[in-house]
Amino acid sequence: MELVAIGCSTGGLRALQVLLRGLAPCPRTAFVVVIHTASADADSLCQLLARDTSMSVQEAQERAPVLPGVLYVAPPGYHLLIGRDQYFYLNVDPKVCFVRPSIDVLFESAADAYRHRMAGVILTGANDDGARGLRCVRRRAGIALVQDPEEAEASSMPEAALSLAGADHCLALAGIASELNRMCLS
Amino acid sequence: MEPDLDEIELDLFVEALRRRHGYDLGQYARPSLKRRVQGLVRQHGLAHIGELTSRMLRDATFLPQVIDGLSVPVSEMFRDPFVFEALRTKVFPTLASYPSINIWQAGCAHGEEVYSLAILLEEAGLYDRSQIYATDFSDAALARAREGIFPVREARAASLRYQQSGGTRTLADYYHARYDLVKLDESLCRNVVFANHNLATDGVFCEAHLILCRNVLIYFNNTLQDRTLALFADSLVRGGFLCLGTKENLALASAASSFATVDGPARIFRSVRAT
Repeated sequence: MELVAIGCSTGGLRALQVLLRGLAPCPRTAFVVVIHTASADADSLCQLLARDTSMSVQEAQERAPVLPGVLYVAPPGYHLLIGRDQYFYLNVDPKVCFVRPSIDVLFESAADAYRHRMAGVILTGANDDGARGLRCVRRRAGIALVQDPEEAEASSMPEAALSLAGADHCLALAGIASELNRMCLS
Repeated sequence: MEPDLDEIELDLFVEALRRRHGYDLGQYARPSLKRRVQGLVRQHGLAHIGELTSRMLRDATFLPQVIDGLSVPVSEMFRDPFVFEALRTKVFPTLASYPSINIWQAGCAHGEEVYSLAILLEEAGLYDRSQIYATDFSDAALARAREGIFPVREARAASLRYQQSGGTRTLADYYHARYDLVKLDESLCRNVVFANHNLATDGVFCEAHLILCRNVLIYFNNTLQDRTLALFADSLVRGGFLCLGTKENLALASAASSFATVDGPARIFRSVRAT
């Protein structure tokens, strides 16, 4: 697995922290996170997440390569895309699902670039961003993981993803972590 | 692996637009371009990019909608207030030393930044000797920019950003609200020239003391970024200022050596070209 793309919204920070603590080091996989937040500052988010992982945690930089072993955070206020050249691209196109960055935008571009070599993960959230993106990941032969809505702090995002895209695995955070470990280390 | 039909169709779309209408999007950043073209396909109820290409080729009246959908998007007034604050405190004092000031707003979209800048220049007492050249490659965008009409729901947040930028009055002093729209004072345009200019194909536009081009380069590929930055370097007077978007990087461009950093986070640079 070359890329794991993760989207979350309401309750997302806590969910990410649990997920990261469950992950074994994956030196061959790049992780990219879109989290909806009112903050204009990616630095503090990176610092928070860095407490729970041994990976390097960085803000995704415009026109920088996507490198394995790094956890990237989408900068607030911009959509984050990955090109087929496996570089990051930012843009300020209109909001999608009322948000920017949008999970759909990241997932749809990443699916195009990575196909079966990626997994898309939808965690807790209170809107339906990510559902179309996850469908795109599956259509391009990527793996879809969705947090069990029963466990999610806000269930509508995982529910929307399940109903539009379905999932290869619908699990609690601990289960998502072990499934990712299995995929990334095999 | 099966051939990627979307990629082939996107290439053909770009080729058709260039040959039929002369707009060259071949050097646009591919992922963002693809998303926008797919957005046009959805917006017009078409099945795939090929249908869009066909309609654009045969229906000349369709072109403005295509160009509008592909041009740099709407910004907002006083976006990133700290940038305007930095322009006010770190750039304006130098501009004030010139008897006349030329400013090039490259890729002005609907004009949000033009009006923001005009207001701050006015308050700094510099506007009457300033000439702002606001350019875009979309005539539809230029027409909108000339009108200076924006949704009123954006005005409240813009007022706050105006204050954070160091504005000394209230933003409402500069517009009239009617129903759900606001119209900015036409007097703010008295020293603005709106003109069509395509950064992908056109050359030096003016001799500028300040060039603003925020969140435009992110839509270009690396080659066109280089070309544009070289064009800016050639257009600036020695010591002239360049202001880019807050996530845009000069560092990777070959023109980087033509510029020194004035304010890193605000992405304000200064021409150090030895001529």
